[in-house]
Amino acid sequence: MMIIILLVFIVLVVIAFIAIYNRLVVKRMRVDNGWAQIDVQLKRRYDLIPNLVETVKGYAAHEKETFEKIAALRSRAMGATNPKEAAEANNMLTQTLKSLFAVVENYPQLKANENFLKLQEELTATENKISFARQFYNDVVMDYNTMIQKFPQTVVASMFGFKEREFFEAPAEERETVPKVKF
Amino acid sequence: MRDNLYDLIAANKRKTVIFIIITSIFLGALGYAVVNVFNWGLIGYIGFALFIIIYNIILYYNSDKIALSATGSVPADPEEFKTLHNVVDEVCIAAGVPKPKVFITPSPAPNAFATGRNPKNASIAVTTGLLEVMNRQELQGVIAHEIAHVRNYDMLLMTVVAAIGGLIILLRDFFLRSMLFGGRRRSRGRSSGQLGLILIVIGLVLAIIAPIFVALIRAAISRQREYLADASGAYITRYPQGLAQALAKLRDHHKPLKRASQSNAHLFIASPFGKDRINVASWFATHPPIDQRIDRLHKLVI
Repeated sequence: MMIIILLVFIVLVVIAFIAIYNRLVVKRMRVDNGWAQIDVQLKRRYDLIPNLVETVKGYAAHEKETFEKIAALRSRAMGATNPKEAAEANNMLTQTLKSLFAVVENYPQLKANENFLKLQEELTATENKISFARQFYNDVVMDYNTMIQKFPQTVVASMFGFKEREFFEAPAEERETVPKVKF
Repeated sequence: MRDNLYDLIAANKRKTVIFIIITSIFLGALGYAVVNVFNWGLIGYIGFALFIIIYNIILYYNSDKIALSATGSVPADPEEFKTLHNVVDEVCIAAGVPKPKVFITPSPAPNAFATGRNPKNASIAVTTGLLEVMNRQELQGVIAHEIAHVRNYDMLLMTVVAAIGGLIILLRDFFLRSMLFGGRRRSRGRSSGQLGLILIVIGLVLAIIAPIFVALIRAAISRQREYLADASGAYITRYPQGLAQALAKLRDHHKPLKRASQSNAHLFIASPFGKDRINVASWFATHPPIDQRIDRLHKLVI
Protein backbone atom coordinates (compact mmCIF):
# COMPACT_ATOMS: atom_id res chain seq x y z
CA MET A 1 0.00 0.00 0.00
CA MET A 2 2.72 2.43 1.01
CA ILE A 3 4.61 1.63 -2.17
CA ILE A 4 1.60 2.44 -4.33
CA ILE A 5 1.06 5.79 -2.62
CA LEU A 6 4.74 6.56 -3.01
CA LEU A 7 4.66 5.61 -6.70
CA VAL A 8 1.59 7.75 -7.34
CA PHE A 9 3.29 10.65 -5.59
CA ILE A 10 6.44 10.27 -7.68
CA VAL A 11 4.44 10.07 -10.91
CA LEU A 12 2.53 13.24 -9.99
CA VAL A 13 5.75 15.10 -9.23
CA VAL A 14 7.26 14.00 -12.54
CA ILE A 15 4.16 15.14 -14.44
CA ALA A 16 4.25 18.51 -12.68
CA PHE A 17 7.93 18.80 -13.56
CA ILE A 18 7.32 18.13 -17.23
CA ALA A 19 4.41 20.58 -17.33
CA ILE A 20 6.46 23.34 -15.72
CA TYR A 21 9.44 22.64 -17.97
CA ASN A 22 7.30 22.82 -21.10
CA ARG A 23 5.71 26.09 -20.05
CA LEU A 24 9.13 27.55 -19.35
CA VAL A 25 10.30 26.52 -22.81
CA VAL A 26 7.28 28.13 -24.45
CA LYS A 27 7.77 31.39 -22.56
CA ARG A 28 11.48 31.47 -23.30
CA MET A 29 10.70 30.97 -26.96
CA ARG A 30 8.31 33.92 -26.86
CA VAL A 31 11.10 36.06 -25.45
CA ASP A 32 13.48 34.96 -28.21
CA ASN A 33 10.81 35.60 -30.80
CA GLY A 34 10.12 39.05 -29.34
CA TRP A 35 13.80 39.86 -29.54
CA ALA A 36 13.99 38.64 -33.13
CA GLN A 37 11.17 41.04 -34.02
CA ILE A 38 13.04 43.99 -32.55
CA ASP A 39 16.15 42.86 -34.40
CA VAL A 40 14.36 42.88 -37.74
CA GLN A 41 13.21 46.45 -37.21
CA LEU A 42 16.60 47.63 -35.96
CA LYS A 43 18.25 46.21 -39.09
CA ARG A 44 15.67 47.98 -41.21
CA ARG A 45 16.61 51.21 -39.53
CA TYR A 46 20.35 50.63 -40.05
CA ASP A 47 19.57 50.19 -43.76
CA LEU A 48 17.50 53.36 -43.98
CA ILE A 49 19.94 55.69 -42.25
CA PRO A 50 22.66 55.88 -44.98
CA ASN A 51 19.99 56.68 -47.58
CA LEU A 52 18.57 59.39 -45.40
CA VAL A 53 21.97 60.91 -44.67
CA GLU A 54 22.83 60.93 -48.39
CA THR A 55 19.61 62.74 -49.24
CA VAL A 56 20.06 65.32 -46.50
CA LYS A 57 23.73 65.85 -47.49
CA GLY A 58 22.63 67.01 -50.93
CA TYR A 59 20.91 70.00 -49.36
CA ALA A 60 22.68 70.56 -46.08
CA ALA A 61 26.28 69.53 -46.66
CA HIS A 62 27.72 71.57 -43.80
CA GLU A 63 25.86 69.66 -41.05
CA LYS A 64 28.88 67.37 -41.11
CA GLU A 65 29.06 66.91 -37.37
CA THR A 66 25.59 65.42 -37.15
CA PHE A 67 26.25 63.05 -40.05
CA GLU A 68 29.42 61.77 -38.43
CA LYS A 69 27.74 61.28 -35.10
CA ILE A 70 24.94 59.31 -36.74
CA ALA A 71 27.41 57.13 -38.63
CA ALA A 72 29.38 56.40 -35.44
CA LEU A 73 26.28 55.56 -33.43
CA ARG A 74 24.95 53.39 -36.22
CA SER A 75 28.06 51.22 -36.31
CA ARG A 76 28.09 51.07 -32.53
CA ALA A 77 24.46 49.92 -32.48
CA MET A 78 25.12 47.36 -35.20
CA GLY A 79 28.02 45.93 -33.20
CA ALA A 80 25.99 45.52 -30.00
CA THR A 81 25.92 41.98 -28.67
CA ASN A 82 23.22 42.11 -26.01
CA PRO A 83 19.87 43.84 -25.49
CA LYS A 84 21.31 46.34 -23.04
CA GLU A 85 24.05 47.59 -25.35
CA ALA A 86 21.71 47.62 -28.33
CA ALA A 87 19.12 49.57 -26.36
CA GLU A 88 21.65 52.18 -25.25
CA ALA A 89 23.14 52.75 -28.67
CA ASN A 90 19.76 52.81 -30.35
CA ASN A 91 18.31 55.26 -27.87
CA MET A 92 21.20 57.61 -28.56
CA LEU A 93 20.70 57.08 -32.28
CA THR A 94 17.04 58.02 -31.92
CA GLN A 95 18.03 61.26 -30.17
CA THR A 96 20.56 62.18 -32.84
CA LEU A 97 18.07 61.43 -35.62
CA LYS A 98 15.63 63.74 -33.89
CA SER A 99 18.20 66.53 -33.97
CA LEU A 100 18.84 65.79 -37.65
CA PHE A 101 15.16 66.23 -38.39
CA ALA A 102 15.19 69.44 -36.38
CA VAL A 103 18.01 70.68 -38.61
CA VAL A 104 15.98 69.79 -41.68
CA GLU A 105 13.41 72.36 -40.64
CA ASN A 106 15.85 75.04 -41.87
CA TYR A 107 15.90 73.68 -45.40
CA PRO A 108 12.50 74.17 -47.05
CA GLN A 109 13.72 72.68 -50.31
CA LEU A 110 14.76 69.49 -48.61
CA LYS A 111 11.43 69.29 -46.81
CA ALA A 112 9.70 69.37 -50.19
CA ASN A 113 11.95 66.67 -51.66
CA GLU A 114 9.82 63.65 -52.46
CA ASN A 115 12.57 61.17 -51.77
CA PHE A 116 13.19 62.75 -48.40
CA LEU A 117 9.51 62.66 -47.51
CA LYS A 118 9.37 58.98 -48.38
CA LEU A 119 12.42 58.24 -46.25
CA GLN A 120 10.99 60.29 -43.40
CA GLU A 121 7.75 58.28 -43.47
CA GLU A 122 9.69 55.01 -43.63
CA LEU A 123 11.90 55.99 -40.75
CA THR A 124 8.94 57.17 -38.66
CA ALA A 125 7.23 53.84 -39.29
CA THR A 126 10.39 51.93 -38.41
CA GLU A 127 10.88 53.92 -35.21
CA ASN A 128 7.30 53.16 -34.21
CA LYS A 129 7.72 49.49 -35.06
CA ILE A 130 10.86 49.40 -32.94
CA SER A 131 9.09 50.89 -29.96
CA PHE A 132 6.07 48.61 -30.37
CA ALA A 133 8.30 45.55 -30.81
CA ARG A 134 10.18 46.67 -27.70
CA GLN A 135 6.90 47.04 -25.82
CA PHE A 136 5.88 43.55 -26.89
CA TYR A 137 9.30 42.14 -26.02
CA ASN A 138 9.30 43.75 -22.57
CA ASP A 139 5.84 42.32 -21.89
CA VAL A 140 6.95 38.76 -22.65
CA VAL A 141 10.22 39.22 -20.74
CA MET A 142 8.25 40.40 -17.72
CA ASP A 143 5.99 37.37 -18.02
CA TYR A 144 8.96 35.01 -18.33
CA ASN A 145 10.99 36.58 -15.53
CA THR A 146 8.00 36.49 -13.19
CA MET A 147 7.46 32.82 -13.89
CA ILE A 148 11.02 31.68 -13.20
CA GLN A 149 10.97 33.48 -9.87
CA LYS A 150 7.82 31.83 -8.63
CA PHE A 151 7.84 28.70 -6.52
CA PRO A 152 7.90 25.85 -7.51
CA GLN A 153 8.76 26.93 -11.07
CA THR A 154 12.00 28.41 -9.80
CA VAL A 155 13.22 24.90 -8.86
CA VAL A 156 12.78 23.61 -12.40
CA ALA A 157 14.13 26.84 -13.86
CA SER A 158 17.37 26.70 -11.90
CA MET A 159 17.81 22.97 -12.61
CA PHE A 160 17.65 23.50 -16.36
CA GLY A 161 19.41 26.82 -16.51
CA PHE A 162 16.53 29.15 -17.34
CA LYS A 163 18.02 32.56 -16.66
CA GLU A 164 16.35 35.92 -16.25
CA ARG A 165 16.31 38.04 -19.38
CA GLU A 166 17.14 41.70 -19.75
CA PHE A 167 14.52 44.26 -20.65
CA PHE A 168 15.03 46.45 -23.67
CA GLU A 169 14.99 49.74 -21.80
CA ALA A 170 13.10 52.68 -23.23
CA PRO A 171 14.78 56.07 -23.16
CA ALA A 172 14.00 57.95 -19.93
CA GLU A 173 11.90 60.73 -21.47
CA GLU A 174 9.79 58.26 -23.42
CA ARG A 175 8.77 56.39 -20.32
CA GLU A 176 6.75 59.39 -19.24
CA THR A 177 5.11 60.20 -22.54
CA VAL A 178 4.82 57.40 -25.04
CA PRO A 179 7.16 55.62 -27.41
CA LYS A 180 5.72 57.46 -30.38
CA VAL A 181 8.15 59.22 -32.65
CA LYS A 182 6.96 62.06 -34.81
CA PHE A 183 9.72 63.77 -36.71
CA MET B 1 -9.99 56.95 -8.54
CA ARG B 2 -8.86 56.13 -12.05
CA ASP B 3 -9.77 52.81 -13.60
CA ASN B 4 -7.11 50.29 -14.22
CA LEU B 5 -7.22 48.99 -17.77
CA TYR B 6 -7.27 45.35 -16.78
CA ASP B 7 -10.22 45.99 -14.47
CA LEU B 8 -12.07 47.69 -17.27
CA ILE B 9 -11.49 44.83 -19.69
CA ALA B 10 -12.51 42.30 -17.06
CA ALA B 11 -15.67 44.26 -16.22
CA ASN B 12 -16.57 44.48 -19.88
CA LYS B 13 -16.13 40.77 -20.41
CA ARG B 14 -18.27 40.09 -17.36
CA LYS B 15 -21.05 42.31 -18.60
CA THR B 16 -20.98 40.67 -22.01
CA VAL B 17 -21.27 37.23 -20.46
CA ILE B 18 -24.18 38.38 -18.28
CA PHE B 19 -25.96 39.75 -21.35
CA ILE B 20 -25.55 36.48 -23.18
CA ILE B 21 -26.78 34.49 -20.19
CA ILE B 22 -29.87 36.68 -19.79
CA THR B 23 -30.61 36.40 -23.49
CA SER B 24 -30.21 32.64 -23.40
CA ILE B 25 -32.54 32.33 -20.40
CA PHE B 26 -35.07 34.49 -22.21
CA LEU B 27 -34.79 32.35 -25.31
CA GLY B 28 -35.13 29.18 -23.27
CA ALA B 29 -38.24 30.47 -21.48
CA LEU B 30 -39.91 31.47 -24.73
CA GLY B 31 -39.03 28.16 -26.37
CA TYR B 32 -40.38 26.27 -23.38
CA ALA B 33 -43.68 28.15 -23.50
CA VAL B 34 -44.09 27.55 -27.21
CA VAL B 35 -43.26 23.87 -27.14
CA ASN B 36 -45.49 23.20 -24.14
CA VAL B 37 -48.55 24.98 -25.38
CA PHE B 38 -48.43 23.80 -28.99
CA ASN B 39 -46.63 20.53 -29.22
CA TRP B 40 -47.72 20.00 -32.82
CA GLY B 41 -45.09 22.37 -34.09
CA LEU B 42 -42.00 20.87 -32.54
CA ILE B 43 -40.47 19.69 -35.81
CA GLY B 44 -41.17 22.97 -37.52
CA TYR B 45 -39.70 24.78 -34.57
CA ILE B 46 -36.49 22.75 -34.69
CA GLY B 47 -36.35 23.13 -38.46
CA PHE B 48 -36.68 26.89 -38.28
CA ALA B 49 -34.10 27.07 -35.52
CA LEU B 50 -31.66 25.03 -37.62
CA PHE B 51 -32.34 27.25 -40.61
CA ILE B 52 -31.55 30.37 -38.60
CA ILE B 53 -28.36 28.85 -37.25
CA ILE B 54 -27.12 27.65 -40.65
CA TYR B 55 -28.08 30.93 -42.24
CA ASN B 56 -26.05 32.77 -39.63
CA ILE B 57 -23.06 30.48 -40.04
CA ILE B 58 -23.01 31.19 -43.78
CA LEU B 59 -23.43 34.87 -43.02
CA TYR B 60 -20.59 34.69 -40.54
CA TYR B 61 -18.18 33.10 -43.00
CA ASN B 62 -18.97 35.70 -45.63
CA SER B 63 -19.51 38.68 -43.36
CA ASP B 64 -16.26 40.35 -44.41
CA LYS B 65 -17.10 40.14 -48.12
CA ILE B 66 -20.64 41.36 -47.47
CA ALA B 67 -19.55 44.33 -45.36
CA LEU B 68 -16.74 45.28 -47.74
CA SER B 69 -18.85 45.15 -50.87
CA ALA B 70 -21.84 46.82 -49.20
CA THR B 71 -19.68 49.83 -48.38
CA GLY B 72 -17.95 49.76 -51.77
CA SER B 73 -14.49 49.31 -50.23
CA VAL B 74 -11.50 48.65 -52.47
CA PRO B 75 -8.06 47.23 -51.50
CA ALA B 76 -5.65 49.99 -50.45
CA ASP B 77 -2.69 50.28 -52.81
CA PRO B 78 0.51 49.71 -50.78
CA GLU B 79 2.36 52.53 -52.58
CA GLU B 80 -0.40 55.11 -52.69
CA PHE B 81 -1.46 54.51 -49.08
CA LYS B 82 2.02 53.90 -47.71
CA THR B 83 1.41 55.65 -44.39
CA LEU B 84 -1.80 53.73 -43.76
CA HIS B 85 -0.07 50.42 -44.45
CA ASN B 86 2.83 51.42 -42.21
CA VAL B 87 0.49 52.35 -39.37
CA VAL B 88 -1.35 49.03 -39.68
CA ASP B 89 2.03 47.23 -39.62
CA GLU B 90 3.03 49.10 -36.47
CA VAL B 91 -0.17 48.38 -34.59
CA CYS B 92 -0.04 44.69 -35.56
CA ILE B 93 3.46 44.40 -34.14
CA ALA B 94 2.25 45.98 -30.91
CA ALA B 95 -0.82 43.74 -30.72
CA GLY B 96 1.00 40.59 -31.78
CA VAL B 97 -1.50 39.74 -34.53
CA PRO B 98 -0.96 39.05 -38.24
CA LYS B 99 -1.52 41.99 -40.57
CA PRO B 100 -5.10 42.17 -41.85
CA LYS B 101 -6.03 43.14 -45.40
CA VAL B 102 -6.34 46.90 -45.75
CA PHE B 103 -9.21 48.53 -47.63
CA ILE B 104 -10.24 52.06 -48.56
CA THR B 105 -13.89 53.09 -48.44
CA PRO B 106 -14.62 55.99 -50.76
CA SER B 107 -16.67 58.32 -48.56
CA PRO B 108 -16.16 61.82 -47.17
CA ALA B 109 -17.54 60.70 -43.78
CA PRO B 110 -14.59 59.96 -41.46
CA ASN B 111 -15.05 56.42 -40.23
CA ALA B 112 -13.39 53.00 -40.14
CA PHE B 113 -14.43 49.42 -39.58
CA ALA B 114 -12.97 45.98 -39.08
CA THR B 115 -14.47 42.74 -40.25
CA GLY B 116 -13.54 39.08 -40.53
CA ARG B 117 -14.20 36.06 -38.39
CA ASN B 118 -10.76 35.78 -36.75
CA PRO B 119 -7.39 37.58 -36.69
CA LYS B 120 -6.11 35.40 -39.56
CA ASN B 121 -9.02 36.34 -41.84
CA ALA B 122 -9.47 39.94 -40.86
CA SER B 123 -9.89 43.07 -42.96
CA ILE B 124 -9.74 46.71 -41.97
CA ALA B 125 -11.31 49.50 -43.97
CA VAL B 126 -10.93 53.25 -43.51
CA THR B 127 -12.78 55.96 -45.39
CA THR B 128 -11.01 58.54 -47.53
CA GLY B 129 -12.59 61.15 -45.25
CA LEU B 130 -10.81 59.63 -42.26
CA LEU B 131 -7.40 59.82 -43.94
CA GLU B 132 -8.05 63.48 -44.71
CA VAL B 133 -8.75 64.62 -41.15
CA MET B 134 -6.51 62.40 -39.01
CA ASN B 135 -2.84 62.87 -38.31
CA ARG B 136 -0.52 59.90 -37.91
CA GLN B 137 -1.05 59.36 -34.18
CA GLU B 138 -4.81 59.66 -34.43
CA LEU B 139 -4.82 57.22 -37.32
CA GLN B 140 -2.78 54.89 -35.12
CA GLY B 141 -5.44 55.18 -32.41
CA VAL B 142 -8.23 54.39 -34.85
CA ILE B 143 -6.39 51.38 -36.31
CA ALA B 144 -5.63 50.12 -32.80
CA HIS B 145 -9.35 50.29 -31.97
CA GLU B 146 -10.14 48.24 -35.07
CA ILE B 147 -7.36 45.71 -34.40
CA ALA B 148 -8.77 45.40 -30.88
CA HIS B 149 -12.18 44.49 -32.36
CA VAL B 150 -10.47 41.79 -34.39
CA ARG B 151 -8.42 40.48 -31.50
CA ASN B 152 -11.46 40.45 -29.18
CA TYR B 153 -13.40 38.30 -31.68
CA ASP B 154 -16.23 40.81 -31.80
CA MET B 155 -17.39 39.56 -35.18
CA LEU B 156 -18.03 36.14 -33.68
CA LEU B 157 -19.79 37.62 -30.67
CA MET B 158 -22.04 39.91 -32.69
CA THR B 159 -22.93 37.06 -35.05
CA VAL B 160 -23.93 34.89 -32.12
CA VAL B 161 -25.96 37.75 -30.68
CA ALA B 162 -27.63 38.31 -34.05
CA ALA B 163 -28.41 34.60 -34.35
CA ILE B 164 -29.94 34.46 -30.89
CA GLY B 165 -31.91 37.60 -31.65
CA GLY B 166 -33.18 36.07 -34.87
CA LEU B 167 -34.26 32.94 -33.00
CA ILE B 168 -36.20 34.96 -30.45
CA ILE B 169 -38.07 36.87 -33.13
CA LEU B 170 -38.73 33.65 -35.00
CA LEU B 171 -40.15 31.97 -31.91
CA ARG B 172 -42.33 35.00 -31.25
CA ASP B 173 -43.79 34.89 -34.75
CA PHE B 174 -44.32 31.18 -34.47
CA PHE B 175 -46.07 31.60 -31.15
CA LEU B 176 -48.40 34.33 -32.38
CA ARG B 177 -49.35 32.35 -35.48
CA SER B 178 -50.09 29.28 -33.43
CA MET B 179 -52.36 31.33 -31.18
CA LEU B 180 -54.42 32.32 -34.19
CA PHE B 181 -54.58 28.97 -35.95
CA GLY B 182 -55.89 26.28 -33.71
CA GLY B 183 -53.32 26.16 -30.99
CA ARG B 184 -56.06 26.34 -28.37
CA ARG B 185 -57.43 22.98 -29.43
CA ARG B 186 -54.23 21.34 -28.31
CA SER B 187 -53.90 23.08 -25.01
CA ARG B 188 -57.48 22.32 -24.04
CA GLY B 189 -56.83 18.65 -24.71
CA ARG B 190 -54.22 18.67 -22.03
CA SER B 191 -55.01 18.04 -18.39
CA SER B 192 -53.39 21.10 -16.89
CA GLY B 193 -55.59 23.84 -18.30
CA GLN B 194 -54.46 26.35 -15.73
CA LEU B 195 -50.79 25.82 -16.52
CA GLY B 196 -51.55 26.19 -20.20
CA LEU B 197 -53.30 29.49 -19.55
CA ILE B 198 -50.36 30.81 -17.55
CA LEU B 199 -48.00 29.78 -20.35
CA ILE B 200 -50.18 31.56 -22.89
CA VAL B 201 -50.08 34.75 -20.84
CA ILE B 202 -46.31 34.50 -20.41
CA GLY B 203 -45.95 33.80 -24.10
CA LEU B 204 -48.04 36.80 -25.04
CA VAL B 205 -46.07 39.13 -22.82
CA LEU B 206 -42.81 37.77 -24.17
CA ALA B 207 -44.12 38.07 -27.70
CA ILE B 208 -44.85 41.74 -27.23
CA ILE B 209 -41.54 42.68 -25.65
CA ALA B 210 -39.32 40.32 -27.67
CA PRO B 211 -38.29 42.59 -30.55
CA ILE B 212 -37.66 45.53 -28.23
CA PHE B 213 -35.69 43.30 -25.92
CA VAL B 214 -33.60 41.86 -28.75
CA ALA B 215 -32.73 45.31 -30.08
CA LEU B 216 -31.85 46.54 -26.60
CA ILE B 217 -29.60 43.59 -25.83
CA ARG B 218 -27.87 43.79 -29.15
CA ALA B 219 -27.21 47.51 -28.83
CA ALA B 220 -26.05 47.13 -25.23
CA ILE B 221 -23.55 44.41 -26.14
CA SER B 222 -22.33 46.46 -29.08
CA ARG B 223 -21.77 49.46 -26.80
CA GLN B 224 -19.84 47.37 -24.30
CA ARG B 225 -17.64 46.04 -27.09
CA GLU B 226 -16.95 49.60 -28.23
CA TYR B 227 -15.73 50.55 -24.77
CA LEU B 228 -13.67 47.38 -24.67
CA ALA B 229 -12.14 48.05 -28.10
CA ASP B 230 -11.31 51.61 -26.98
CA ALA B 231 -9.63 50.32 -23.84
CA SER B 232 -7.72 47.50 -25.54
CA GLY B 233 -6.84 49.80 -28.44
CA ALA B 234 -5.36 52.24 -25.97
CA TYR B 235 -3.48 49.39 -24.33
CA ILE B 236 -2.03 48.26 -27.67
CA THR B 237 -0.51 51.67 -28.39
CA ARG B 238 -0.12 52.65 -24.70
CA TYR B 239 -1.31 56.04 -25.85
CA PRO B 240 -4.99 56.72 -25.02
CA GLN B 241 -4.66 60.38 -26.08
CA GLY B 242 -4.19 59.38 -29.71
CA LEU B 243 -7.51 57.58 -29.82
CA ALA B 244 -9.19 60.24 -27.67
CA GLN B 245 -8.13 62.97 -30.12
CA ALA B 246 -9.29 60.83 -33.02
CA LEU B 247 -12.69 60.37 -31.38
CA ALA B 248 -12.98 64.12 -30.79
CA LYS B 249 -12.33 64.65 -34.50
CA LEU B 250 -14.89 62.00 -35.41
CA ARG B 251 -17.40 63.85 -33.28
CA ASP B 252 -16.61 67.24 -34.85
CA HIS B 253 -16.57 65.93 -38.42
CA HIS B 254 -19.50 63.63 -38.01
CA LYS B 255 -21.35 62.79 -41.22
CA PRO B 256 -23.65 59.87 -41.91
CA LEU B 257 -22.02 57.18 -44.02
CA LYS B 258 -24.18 56.14 -46.93
CA ARG B 259 -24.48 52.41 -47.51
CA ALA B 260 -24.05 51.56 -43.83
CA SER B 261 -26.89 49.47 -42.47
CA GLN B 262 -28.26 48.29 -39.16
CA SER B 263 -26.56 44.92 -39.75
CA ASN B 264 -23.02 46.28 -39.91
CA ALA B 265 -23.30 49.45 -37.83
CA HIS B 266 -21.60 47.80 -34.86
CA LEU B 267 -18.41 47.33 -36.88
CA PHE B 268 -17.63 51.01 -37.26
CA ILE B 269 -15.50 53.07 -34.90
CA ALA B 270 -18.18 55.79 -34.76
CA SER B 271 -21.86 55.38 -35.47
CA PRO B 272 -22.27 55.55 -39.24
CA PHE B 273 -25.75 57.10 -38.91
CA GLY B 274 -26.84 60.72 -38.76
CA LYS B 275 -26.83 62.66 -35.49
CA ASP B 276 -30.60 62.45 -35.03
CA ARG B 277 -30.45 58.71 -34.76
CA ILE B 278 -27.79 58.90 -32.09
CA ASN B 279 -29.67 61.30 -29.85
CA VAL B 280 -33.24 60.06 -30.15
CA ALA B 281 -32.71 56.52 -28.96
CA SER B 282 -29.53 56.20 -26.94
CA TRP B 283 -30.74 52.89 -25.55
CA PHE B 284 -30.82 51.48 -29.04
CA ALA B 285 -27.54 53.04 -30.15
CA THR B 286 -24.79 50.66 -31.25
CA HIS B 287 -22.18 53.15 -30.04
CA PRO B 288 -21.85 54.95 -26.69
CA PRO B 289 -21.83 58.77 -26.79
CA ILE B 290 -18.42 59.86 -28.08
CA ASP B 291 -17.89 62.28 -25.18
CA GLN B 292 -18.32 59.43 -22.73
CA ARG B 293 -15.80 57.32 -24.65
CA ILE B 294 -13.28 60.17 -24.62
CA ASP B 295 -13.89 60.66 -20.93
CA ARG B 296 -13.22 56.99 -20.20
CA LEU B 297 -10.03 57.07 -22.25
CA HIS B 298 -8.76 60.03 -20.26
CA LYS B 299 -9.43 58.16 -17.03
CA LEU B 300 -7.47 55.10 -18.10
CA VAL B 301 -4.28 54.17 -16.32
CA ILE B 302 -1.94 52.38 -18.68
